Amino acid sequence: MVRVLLNIPKQVRKNEPFEVKMLISHPMESGQRRDAVGLAIPRDIINLLVCTYDGEEILRADLFPAIAANPFMAFSVIAEISGKLAITFTDDHGVTQTETAAVEVV
Amino acid sequence: MMVPRRLVVAGTAGLLLPRAAGATPVQMALLIRQMVGDASLTEGLVKLDLPVLVENGNSVAMTLSVDAPPGAVHSLHVFAEANPLPEVLHLTFGPRAGVPRIQTRIRLATSQTVTAIARMRDGTFRQDSIELLVTLAACIEN
Repeated sequence: MVRVLLNIPKQVRKNEPFEVKMLISHPMESGQRRDAVGLAIPRDIINLLVCTYDGEEILRADLFPAIAANPFMAFSVIAEISGKLAITFTDDHGVTQTETAAVEVV
Repeated sequence: MMVPRRLVVAGTAGLLLPRAAGATPVQMALLIRQMVGDASLTEGLVKLDLPVLVENGNSVAMTLSVDAPPGAVHSLHVFAEANPLPEVLHLTFGPRAGVPRIQTRIRLATSQTVTAIARMRDGTFRQDSIELLVTLAACIEN
């Protein structure tokens, strides 16, 4: 389990784009670095990030080691009805975690 | 024998680096060619916003936007030609995505040209490139 911050507006307007901001606490070890005795540090990154709204896919991101540590991403979503926004991400070990937020459409 | 100073500096840097930067502009061009195929690839619409002078390559704020209505963009792709791996990010938008604009933070190994490609729903491709200078590179910390 890693810490995730998911920020959405308290209320959003129907069919108007709103911004979702996400920050995941993760080292995103690139696999390019070596430790103090010169051994390669194995790669450990979040390689897939999927954002869904009520189960429908909004955004799918394939991430590479070139994404900075503690990946931050801001993107835009349009909602017609109130629902649940979920962000699911997968790391190199195949571990998946989901973070959700309720969106209230007014 | 006189050894040019530039070569000495480059040689030492090579020893310090865990691995020589892998990607080359040719490799990046090949990846883009594979993706685009025979479709048209033109400048414009896409805007890649990165600082021209990067102080710390470990975390560089990047904004990528397409001057198009929601739903007009299929996917966005970012490439860094001189990073160990040329690919940075591939993003695919679903039907409910909002305005095609994303912000994130990336790593840059050295001074280079970063390229963004947008694949539009109509099958055409748009691109934008930015040439930047990196003073402190990612990958060489510690």
